[in-house]
Amino acid sequence: LANADADEDTLTINGEIEIVTRTAAPDHVDGLSEVISGWHFRADETQALEMDDFDNPGMLGVEAAMEVWETAEGSEGKACADCHESVEETMKGVRAVYPKYNEAAGEVQTLEMVINDCRTERMGAEAWNYTGADITNMVALISSVSRGMPVNVAIDGPAAEMWEQGKELYYTRTGQLELSCANCHEDNYGNMIRADHLSQGQINGFPTYRLKNAKLNSVHARFKGCVRDTRAETYAPGSPEFVALELYVASRGNGLSVEGPSVRN
Amino acid sequence: MKRAFHAALAACILAPSAQAESVAPGDVSYDEAGAVAASLTGQPGNAEEGAKVFSTKSVGNCVSCHEVTALADVPFQGNVGPSLDGVADRWTEHEIRGIVADAKKTYDGTVMPSFYKVSGFIRPGKAYTGKAIPAEEITPLLSAQQIEDVVAFLVTLKDE
Ligand code: HEC
Ligand code: HEC
Ligand code: HEC
Repeated sequence: LANADADEDTLTINGEIEIVTRTAAPDHVDGLSEVISGWHFRADETQALEMDDFDNPGMLGVEAAMEVWETAEGSEGKACADCHESVEETMKGVRAVYPKYNEAAGEVQTLEMVINDCRTERMGAEAWNYTGADITNMVALISSVSRGMPVNVAIDGPAAEMWEQGKELYYTRTGQLELSCANCHEDNYGNMIRADHLSQGQINGFPTYRLKNAKLNSVHARFKGCVRDTRAETYAPGSPEFVALELYVASRGNGLSVEGPSVRN
Repeated sequence: MKRAFHAALAACILAPSAQAESVAPGDVSYDEAGAVAASLTGQPGNAEEGAKVFSTKSVGNCVSCHEVTALADVPFQGNVGPSLDGVADRWTEHEIRGIVADAKKTYDGTVMPSFYKVSGFIRPGKAYTGKAIPAEEITPLLSAQQIEDVVAFLVTLKDE
C-alpha cells in the first residue's frame, strides 16, 4: 500500500470529452507545482465508472435535473427553461467560472446561491436546501455541459478580498487534531491516511458521486466532512466562510477541466 | 475543607491508583528538546494495551499515519508519518514520551496531533460531531495511562 502516487492514466469521457486531469499549478498556488484531479487517486474500477455516462451513477442526478429544468414551479409559473432555454447552450462554460463576483448582488456567489436566487427572486419558489439532492442534481446538470472546459475562476478585482479569506482558512489548523486543508491535501497528497489515498482535494469534479454514500455530494458537504474530521466545529454549508473557501479551492484547480459529476469512493 | 478532603479520599479509592497520581496535561514538564522524563502516571505502562491503543481507530489510531511491521495483521496502515520500526533505536523512552504527549514540542509544526493537550485549539469540536465544545470540557485525545501504555509498546520496537 505504501506510497501510491497519482497514477498515469488519462481520462476521456464517452470516448470524446478529453479531460485535463494534470497540469501546471497556477502562479497563485505557492505549495504545488502540478495540480492533479482527484480522479488519479482512485482505483481503476472507480476511475472506469467516470469514463462513460451510462456507467456514471451521477448521471442519474443529471437526468432528474433535466426534468426539473423544464418544469414550472413557484408563484410565477416559470421553469428554468423559460428564461434560460437550452441548458446545453446557455449554461455552457458557467460552471468553469464559479464562484464568481456578482455585480448586482454585490458579493461572490456559488452556483447554489445563484440557482436559489432564481428560485426565490424570479420564480417565486422556495429556496432549495443548500446541500440537498435537488440543488446538487441541478449543479451536476450545469457542470455536465461544461465538462472538458478549463476551470478559470477570477481571483482579482472584487473577488480578491474573499479569495484571501479563503486562503487563510485553507492554511488554518483547526480542531483538536490541529490539521489544515493543506496538511492533508498539499503536504500529504499521494500518501495513505489509514485506508484513504489522499488527493489534492480539488473541486473540479464536483458534484461527486461517492460510492461510499451512493449519492451526489456537493462541495460544501465535503468541506464540512473534512473539517469535522479534524475534530473541529465546522462552518455551515452556504456560509460566507465556505463560499470563500470554495472560491480559493476552485482557484487552486484553475487549468484542470470541469469534470463533474465525477465518481469517487 | 473537611468535605474536600473526603471527596479527594473517595476519588483515590474509586479510581485506579495509577490515575490518581497522573500529571495533568498542563503540568507536564518537557525539556528543551521536547522530551518528558517522568511517567505521566508515575508507573510503567502496559505494552500489550499500548499496541491496542496504537491500532484502534477510535482510540490512538496511530496506524492511520504510521506503519509498524510488528502489527502486520492490522490492516490499512498509513504513511503520512514515518514507519515506527526500530523507533526505540532512534529515540530514548523520554523522547518517545514527549513525542506521543505533544509531538509539536519535538518537531515544530508537525502534522502529528498532540495527544496530551487540552488548550490552544482553533474551533475545537465535540469529537467528530462538527459541533463546538466549551474549552473547559476538552479532554486530551489519550489519557495519561494510554500514553504510558503506548510508550511501553514503542520502546519494544527495536531493530538492533
Ligand atoms: C424568470 C427568469 C428566470 C428563471 C425562471 C430562472 N432564471 Fe436563472 N437567471 C435569470 C437571470 C435574469 C439571470 C442573470 C442574473 C445576473 O446575471 O445577475 C440568471 C442567472 C442564472 C445563473 C448564472 C448564469 C451565469 O452565467 O452566471 C444560473 C446558473 C441560473 N440562472 C440557473 C437557473 C436555474 C437552475 C433555474 C431554475 C431552477 C433558473 N435559473 C430560473 C433568470 C431566470
Ligand atoms: C485529516 C485529513 C484531511 C483534512 C485536514 C482535510 N481533508 Fe479533505 N479529504 C481527506 C480525505 C481522506 C479525502 C478522501 C480522499 C481524497 O480525495 O483525498 C478528502 C477529500 C476531499 C475532497 C474531495 C476530492 C475529490 O476529488 O473528490 C475535497 C474537495 C477536500 N477533501 C477538501 C478539503 C478542504 C477544503 C479541507 C480543509 C477545510 C480538507 N479537505 C481537509 C482528508 C482530509
Ligand atoms: C496525522 C498523522 C499522525 C498521527 C495520527 C500520528 N502521527 Fe506520529 N508522526 C507523524 C509524523 C508526520 C511524524 C514525523 C515528524 C515530522 O517530521 O513532522 C511522526 C513522528 C512520530 C514518532 C517519531 C518517529 C521516528 O521514527 O522518528 C513517533 C514515536 C510517533 N510519531 C508516534 C505516534 C503515536 C504513538 C501516535 C498515536 C498515538 C501517532 N504517532 C499518531 C504523524 C502522525
